[in-house]
Amino acid sequence: MRHDHIISAKQLSRADVEEVLDRASEIAADPGAFADSHAETLLGLLFFEPSTRTKMSFAAAIKRLGGDVVDMGPTEYSSVKKGESLADTVRVVEGYADALVLRHPSEGSAMMASEFVDVPLINAGDGAGQHPTQTLLDLYTIRENAGLDDITVGIMGDLKYGRTVHSLAYALTNFDTRQHFISPESLKLPRNVRYDLHETGAAIKEHTDLDAILPSLDVLYVTRIQRERFPDESEYRAVAGEYQIDAATLDDARDDLTVMHPLPRVDEIAQDVDGTAHARYFQQAHNGVPVRMALLDLLLEGSR
Amino acid sequence: MTDEEELRVSKIGSGTVIDHVPGGKALHVLAILGIDGSGGEVVSIGMNVPSDRLGRKDVVKVESRELSQSEVDVLSLIAPAATINIIRDFDVVEKHRVSRPESVSGVLECPNVNCITSEAEPVETKFEVLEDGVRCVYCDTIIREDIADHIQV
Repeated sequence: MRHDHIISAKQLSRADVEEVLDRASEIAADPGAFADSHAETLLGLLFFEPSTRTKMSFAAAIKRLGGDVVDMGPTEYSSVKKGESLADTVRVVEGYADALVLRHPSEGSAMMASEFVDVPLINAGDGAGQHPTQTLLDLYTIRENAGLDDITVGIMGDLKYGRTVHSLAYALTNFDTRQHFISPESLKLPRNVRYDLHETGAAIKEHTDLDAILPSLDVLYVTRIQRERFPDESEYRAVAGEYQIDAATLDDARDDLTVMHPLPRVDEIAQDVDGTAHARYFQQAHNGVPVRMALLDLLLEGSR
Repeated sequence: MTDEEELRVSKIGSGTVIDHVPGGKALHVLAILGIDGSGGEVVSIGMNVPSDRLGRKDVVKVESRELSQSEVDVLSLIAPAATINIIRDFDVVEKHRVSRPESVSGVLECPNVNCITSEAEPVETKFEVLEDGVRCVYCDTIIREDIADHIQV
């Protein structure tokens, strides 16, 4: 893979995606074969926002490749608290690590940070922008369960601010997929994502209701609608309630429908879905490790 | 247009005349060019001058300074019909139109308050120029309407 940094799903071609997913499959089949492949490698973790899955799975990934992490820790205990710029922080930390993983609340932060460093930098979420490594593990999960071509995917919830949605929608245009977007009017896809999808000539449709299209879906990707996106509690409850699914909702779905969620969930997927054959969100979260191992392996290999 | 109207803004000996700017946009042109008077340039402006082509147009004359193509191309964002005349010894020695650049740096402010370029980082704004607007290279925000409202001052 020929990328200096991983900033956006838009930079990933179909061949790039397949290379990462194929390597992830090899790793999942025989993790021991990769156990020492990156001994001595240090991965710098710079998380300016809370994270459980992304941060822990990156740490697990580099350790399973034989390397280790250097972690900035919470921002309240770092120089960020003293007003250090992001550009300075990454220029310092690149001296401590062989690659950097950055999560930051501002859109475009990873892009800007990558301009200041020579080591590979991976975007682990930039505000409401992009989250390309989540997308890779989402694609891996979709490939395992439904395949990546000739499928119909529904993406539901907060499409406006959901960075996992922005990255996934774009990445899916590399494949033969039909995409349906289901959200309240106020949380529809933002103009820039719509523009990109239009440019690729992707087949997309937008809905405010899941019912009519549910039976046609191979994959339903659910995201969380956040309280802070609404002016008041009652409006939030009214809207969010319409985009929750439970086991009864899925009676109308195909038997082989795959239900995914980037997690954490609150109540958009009821717990009674967990025990159904549709639920794949925990498997999806677990896939974060082999997929991030594969990405790190290819990126570090390329930077040598 | 008659000579009398033309002479509302006097001829200059050397420098650059930016003509066919949409009426009322002359100050935006100066803002984009970074000319605010502090550099000492002699600048004359005609605003809302009658024009056959545009109805009303603005004209900007900057003395003793020849603007480069890359400087004037940025003007295409707000004045796509602008013509640029380079003057030496009271004669027009070059005349060209503005063409759309691929990107513009340090000219526009990103309207997304959550964009990294809105923070105290050592980075210049940069916008990719689309067919019908511009797009922040960092946060992907697209501006289509009222681009002049986003000029950095």
